[in-house]
Amino acid sequence: MTSSRLPQGGRIDRTKTVRFTFDGKAYSGHQDDTLASALLANGVTLFGRSFKYHRPRGVFAAGSDEPNALVTILSGDVREPNVRATELEIHDGLVTESQNRFPSLEHDFMAINQLAGPILSAGFYYKTFMGPAIGPLRSTRVWMFFEKFIRRAAGLGRAGIAADPDRYERMNAFCDVLVVGTGPAGLLAAEAAAETGAKVIIAEEKPVAGGSLLASAELIDGRNAAVWAREKAAALANLPNVRFLTRTSVWGYYDGNVLTAIEHVSDFKPNRTKGQPRQRYWVIRTGKTILATGAFERPIVFPGNDCPGVMLADAVRRYAIEYGVAAGNNVTLFTNNDSAYEAARALAQAGINIVAIVDVRADVSGACIEIASSAGAELILGHAVTGTHAGKTLSSITVQHFNAQTGHVSGAPREIKTDCLGVSGGWSPAIHLASQAGGKPEWDEDLQAFLPPEPNQNWVTAGSAAGYMDTVSVLSDGATKGSSSKTKPKLPAVDAPMFDASPAPVFEIEPAVKSQKAFVDFQHDVTADDIRLAYREGFHSVEHLKRYTTLGMATDQGKTSNIPGLAIMADVRGITIPEAGTTRFRPPFTPVSFGAIAGERYGDLRPHRLTPMHDWHLANSARTYEAGLWHRPMIYGSHGETVEQAYVREARAVRQSVGIVDVSTLGKIDIQGPDAGVFLDRVYTNMFSTLPVGKARYGLMLREDGIVYDDGTTWRLSETQFLMTTTTANAGNVMQHLEFYLDCVWPDLRVHLTSVTDVWAGSAVSGPKARAVLEACVTDTAIDNATLPFMGIVHGLIGDVPVMVCRLSFSGELAYEVYCGAGFGTQVWEALLEAGKPFDIMPYGLEALGTLRIEKGHVTGAEIDGRTTAHDLHLDWMLSKKKPYIGSGMKDRAGLNDENRLSLVGLISLDNQSINGGSHIVSDAAPREPADSFGHVTAACYSPALGKYIALALVKHGTSMIGNRAYATDLLRGKHGAVEIVSHHMFDPDGSRMHG
Amino acid sequence: MTGTIEKQTPPQQIRFRDKKTMIIKCPYCGPRDVIEFTYQGDATRQRPDPASSDQTAWNAYVYDRTNPMGSHREFWLHAGGCRQHLIITRDMATHVISSVGFARDAVSSGREGDRP
Ligand SMILES: [Zn+2]
Repeated sequence: MTSSRLPQGGRIDRTKTVRFTFDGKAYSGHQDDTLASALLANGVTLFGRSFKYHRPRGVFAAGSDEPNALVTILSGDVREPNVRATELEIHDGLVTESQNRFPSLEHDFMAINQLAGPILSAGFYYKTFMGPAIGPLRSTRVWMFFEKFIRRAAGLGRAGIAADPDRYERMNAFCDVLVVGTGPAGLLAAEAAAETGAKVIIAEEKPVAGGSLLASAELIDGRNAAVWAREKAAALANLPNVRFLTRTSVWGYYDGNVLTAIEHVSDFKPNRTKGQPRQRYWVIRTGKTILATGAFERPIVFPGNDCPGVMLADAVRRYAIEYGVAAGNNVTLFTNNDSAYEAARALAQAGINIVAIVDVRADVSGACIEIASSAGAELILGHAVTGTHAGKTLSSITVQHFNAQTGHVSGAPREIKTDCLGVSGGWSPAIHLASQAGGKPEWDEDLQAFLPPEPNQNWVTAGSAAGYMDTVSVLSDGATKGSSSKTKPKLPAVDAPMFDASPAPVFEIEPAVKSQKAFVDFQHDVTADDIRLAYREGFHSVEHLKRYTTLGMATDQGKTSNIPGLAIMADVRGITIPEAGTTRFRPPFTPVSFGAIAGERYGDLRPHRLTPMHDWHLANSARTYEAGLWHRPMIYGSHGETVEQAYVREARAVRQSVGIVDVSTLGKIDIQGPDAGVFLDRVYTNMFSTLPVGKARYGLMLREDGIVYDDGTTWRLSETQFLMTTTTANAGNVMQHLEFYLDCVWPDLRVHLTSVTDVWAGSAVSGPKARAVLEACVTDTAIDNATLPFMGIVHGLIGDVPVMVCRLSFSGELAYEVYCGAGFGTQVWEALLEAGKPFDIMPYGLEALGTLRIEKGHVTGAEIDGRTTAHDLHLDWMLSKKKPYIGSGMKDRAGLNDENRLSLVGLISLDNQSINGGSHIVSDAAPREPADSFGHVTAACYSPALGKYIALALVKHGTSMIGNRAYATDLLRGKHGAVEIVSHHMFDPDGSRMHG
Repeated sequence: MTGTIEKQTPPQQIRFRDKKTMIIKCPYCGPRDVIEFTYQGDATRQRPDPASSDQTAWNAYVYDRTNPMGSHREFWLHAGGCRQHLIITRDMATHVISSVGFARDAVSSGREGDRP
């Protein structure tokens, strides 16, 4: 055990002990510890196994950039995988486990993958399993066979299957200024913005404000920097115009200055208050955004750089200063820049022994030399780390002479005993959100890093996110960016040595002889050699490189690997880093749980549409199903009938006597205005302006491209008023279609549309006795053939309820649709049933409705499928030649009049077997796969009127095929049967029944 | 179960379009989230004379679309609001909306749309 708790220091509350478990073992830490700091304090340095090679890995960073230390939180049956131990605050009862190991972290079976290292190189999966055929097997099948093993061996944590019991909520927030980050720049920017009276939201991903100041050895206004930050943050949070969100990670930057954030409301607490959400998803709309997101330290790539004990220098400092934890007893620092010396100063102050500082530069400033000597650290200039020795954790490193100009490694290796190596390869501004917002980052030669792009929305970056790397200029930049005035802001006094922020341009140490892998992306196990291999195989652009090697595509989005990876690619291509370019960052900046995105929107979110007579249907043993959003009776079942027996009974009753069906779901649009008739002439293929008042007409609509769109009857209620009905499924679309033409194409037409679908209840009474039923209950009007001819409309009363009766037929029988106010639906329905009693009136459902229309060859959505023309459906007779209409311009296109098109026919089963909807029509008597299909079944049923199984189908050369034998085949469901192709008018072709 | 294909259609899925992108300033309702609006197509196309059978012209109207990187005029329906169609000028590269007006006004004044 080499890491341990220091006797003092840190922002942890040492008076409070917190107990938790990791991999089944109990540990204790303190209030405000993260899992990473608490485990380090307990001497735990092995945190997990790596993605591909199952190499032992320790904690590498101290924040959201952590690539290695991912754990799974267990809570009952619920697993939350891939949580960064560096951000996870411990609480009593927290249960966690490591990932990617089997059977245990210390004895990992899959570590054998390490031996297979050379064959698990870049593109391994593609080459082996998805490439050309291997032997006799199709390569995809090889992949499918191996996939489950590979997925088990390689991969991050395992998701649970238990339902998430937690609550999540979503918030919309609006502000004038959003400040992301509360380091020195964010605090002063927020203060300056708040002073102007602006409404300010401040978001900090950590539990406390301060950013870099939390681990600083500097004094601000004479006080400890972290204390100064805490006081500043408390004062800001007290302002009435400021909302201060901690534990809130802003993860997405979208157009229109919309940002998304995730707030950890209670997942760090042992017990949640009842009703408290676990996380809160914020959508923040802001006038201006100040991105004070700081900078990420990046590593230097060198052989053996992934063993536990090798960390970022800043992480070593943060564990010491923020959490009072020594990451090692004998720390060594390896750097190409001055910031490691600031870390050394802070570590020495915290009482940590620094063995040596290895610097690739041959010369460093006096301030650096001074720090090294006062810390008692050996300063090894012009050298680099070229190897590591580790068991479970680091025991020593090898250093060799290094030329920072040529990158040349030389001289005899020297071994230095150390149990913790802090690496600093310079700092990269955290430009992720700025990059998401758009724009191309710009390379800065001094910082050897990408700076934020030119703003394309109202945002600015401030502090080290903008490239300022020392506290004095960061504070100044923050105050300036937050204020709208030109006056120079008053700044606090900072007591800190001045350093040079520019690193030596050294990204990788590559000795001539390599005995260890040098990792670039720890989370996806991508090595420097993988990048070179990708280049040799022709993957030169960064976008290709990224996808082929998966560099930067893990959950950490390459926060630590982005620049080193680019630098290596640029080096092999012999170009500069800006020439190699960078990829655009995408949301989310940090992983976001699905629960938070869903918020309260889970389960069945659909509205359920019920007709006014719905309760009656249920009380009368209707079996309903959902048609779109509507619940509609399928059959009224009784006496243990099958569905087929029930609909056959219902349909037979309609043909023999009378039936009644609820048609309230039909779309209904009230069309009013002096130009209503003209409007309908344009949207329907047939003429409506000539329709007399009190009459209805069947209408057909096409789309502009000449394909059939919808059908239905439209009733003329007065000179200036029509009631249009549409198919149930298409009601909303037709409304929008009509609105579009009135607003955008014919705004001169004086027409107003109102959706009245839910205003009317409708009952269709069909059958030879339908007139008798109506005559028995409708008063105030006659119902006889003279008063109410086919397609006529009358107004009357049923009881004292006003009704509108239109004589039209979907079933092919004498039939009437009776409409009344929705509130009277059940009353009128029951009155019709009462009047129908002497005739044994039979309520029928959608199955019988479908059967009746199939027998008649009437089309519905199954035939109006977005591909058929009026000609295909034998509806040419409805195409007016006297006027243009929507679709008239294109309906005559060659392709729509091709003789090979499918057209509507009827089918009659020749083997007395049912025909499956969706069956293909083929000519082979024997089932064959694949067969040459020349059509398909759109709807099928047993026809009580014909005593046969029948169907409607769309068949090539349909009309001329009538009289031929064919086969309806549905091999998926094991059906293949002979059918005769017949006219789609299978029952009562001359329509004598409905006109009677 | 027998019956028609139509009856076996699975229930419609409601999809939430959390685009989090734009606010459209409806001239009737005021500034509203884009989630309330439905894109209704290119507003620059010209509908041919309704009686015309010029297939080239109809083809252009129904199918041909440019995809300009920059300013574009398009129809949007405020479906979850006043149900008015709007004509919006939007920069296709940045999504910045430079003008919003009622489609009726623009079409009536002859700037867009077709001859009736
Ligand atoms: Zn509106």
